[in-house]
Amino acid sequence: MLSFIGRSIIQKIITLFFVSVVSFLIIHLAPGKPSQVDPLNPKFTPEMVERFRKEFHLDKPLYIQYIYFYRDLLTGKTVSWKDNQSVLKKIWERFLNSLPLFIVGTILTWTLSFPIGIRSAIFRGGLYDRSSTFFSYLLISIPGFFFAYILIIFVVTRFHVPVIGMETFGLGASSWTHMVMDRIWHLLLPSVLGATGGIAILSRYVRSQMLEVESQDYVRTARAKGVPEEQVLYKHALRNALLPFVTMFGLILPGLIGGSVIIESIFSWPGMGRMAYEAILARDYPIILTVNFISAVLVLAGTFVSDVLYMVVDPRIRL
Amino acid sequence: MDNILLSVQDLKFYFIGNERVARALDGVSYEVSKGETVCLVGESGCGKTVSALTILRIIPQPPGKIMGGKVLFNGQNLLDLSEEEMQKIRGNHIAMVFQEPMTSLNPVFTVEDQIQEAIMVHEMVDEKSVRERCIQLLKDVGIPSPEERLKDYPHQLSGGQRQRVMIAMALACDPDLVIADEPTTALDVTIQAQILNLFQELKQKRQMSLLYITHDLGVVANIADRIYVMYAGIIVEQGDTSNIFHNPCHPYTQGLLKSLPGRAKRGSKLHSIPGTVPDPAHKPGSCPFHPRCDFAIQACGTEFPRVCDYGEGHLSRCPVLYENKVPKVN
Repeated sequence: MLSFIGRSIIQKIITLFFVSVVSFLIIHLAPGKPSQVDPLNPKFTPEMVERFRKEFHLDKPLYIQYIYFYRDLLTGKTVSWKDNQSVLKKIWERFLNSLPLFIVGTILTWTLSFPIGIRSAIFRGGLYDRSSTFFSYLLISIPGFFFAYILIIFVVTRFHVPVIGMETFGLGASSWTHMVMDRIWHLLLPSVLGATGGIAILSRYVRSQMLEVESQDYVRTARAKGVPEEQVLYKHALRNALLPFVTMFGLILPGLIGGSVIIESIFSWPGMGRMAYEAILARDYPIILTVNFISAVLVLAGTFVSDVLYMVVDPRIRL
Repeated sequence: MDNILLSVQDLKFYFIGNERVARALDGVSYEVSKGETVCLVGESGCGKTVSALTILRIIPQPPGKIMGGKVLFNGQNLLDLSEEEMQKIRGNHIAMVFQEPMTSLNPVFTVEDQIQEAIMVHEMVDEKSVRERCIQLLKDVGIPSPEERLKDYPHQLSGGQRQRVMIAMALACDPDLVIADEPTTALDVTIQAQILNLFQELKQKRQMSLLYITHDLGVVANIADRIYVMYAGIIVEQGDTSNIFHNPCHPYTQGLLKSLPGRAKRGSKLHSIPGTVPDPAHKPGSCPFHPRCDFAIQACGTEFPRVCDYGEGHLSRCPVLYENKVPKVN
């Protein structure tokens, strides 16, 4: 166990190094340069561009730039090229904004998908199963932004639920409870929307897992022992059906930083995804690369967590 | 006739699909007396396993459907019981050992969890005595150092040991009848012999009945008191072991016996019955075996064969051999 942890940490550090090199190269190979974002802008005189390039080491060879960048990142001194603010601080602020959206969305997805999928599997072929299948495929096939706009129109005209930003503008003076309620109202629609796609996909997956496990021999053995049907399903079958989801649970960690660009843009939510998107448009390399690096760390941490979890829940796996 | 424990009467079990109906059991009748070992013999796909699973009613319905007949256990028709009443029978009065020891145990629970569960669903007992019973059961089925094996997960055991655990689980509540569905098919020959001996030994010690399902006539000769030969969802011949082996009166039974490798002369080709079992969705209304039969006459293709009585409970569904009175002994 300990040797597994040590080994996988070393492996993951090596992977991380390669990720950092490749992502650095890709960003620099991409068309467009930060110094030429707006060549028509009269403020961007050749001298200014030259000064800009010097200041951010863009005149140096790539490998020197690479070393400078990761030196700054690891010492926490990286600054955005756009406004000279600390990148880590900017990301942290945006991260705190995205966090509630992520948490509520994840909780909704994981708590709703399982009951829906399990019920479909138990009553397969019935009316409930067929209608949940229909709605799942409907939600999977409708593009998220389109569905979002339909919902917005419906919700705004009917229930007056706010759909812009994280809080109502200029509410600073009102009472504490009022502010909390305002926040929750703002959170409602984006997180529900963020979750629907996940619920549609995950519940299908739960259903097929459950169906597969239900036809296994050990489920028949449990029935032959005289175990009541609920116990057969929720103890013998479900315990085995859940195993693959342990892996998936580790892999939702990267979602923490990626956020949802589309949802955040639609609802003007000042979150991570939107910041990364804007940084890409502005060729703000430090922000892009830092976000990239952090999500790589989270992906690796996620796979590590799911490996460990797998070992805990499945007695057959010894690493 | 008080001695009869299980009596299956004219049981019909169909699988009903969207376009086809597979008649898995087409009026099967058999009996198991107390303390008796009865073998159901037949090739793959002839309905042996279905007939066992139907007794315990653990085939999902739909797609399966019981179309008629009775399953009398101690005089009570199991087909009339509610699901809750049936749960009290399963494992408690009738227990089952399955074919595949590799997949029949739940991989995420320990041996102890699984044997314990078999006891706990039927009896109110405290934890300590359950543990002792688990250990005793593992001892009974011949597992060395049972205390340690209890903590093992199924994947840590060999195939033979897993089958022993399955048997221990089946015996947990001291059932009156154990149904063993090809319990040795997946095991190698030496283990197979050990498991068979174990069955014999346990049966004598515990006064239970055994319904043993197999396609292996070698096994049958060793353990059976009485034999039922199944073909395409019906019983084609039944009788005492010696009658069936020395005086087979149905062409199918004769074919099975001829196919035993031990009977062939060295160097000669092994015998096999030509053709395959008919598709259960397109069975003829006549004798299901007639397309493969050497003795078939025209009537075989038009009439359903009647039962012919040879005495001593030896019955066969082949009027042709009966009327010619020339049961061909090989």
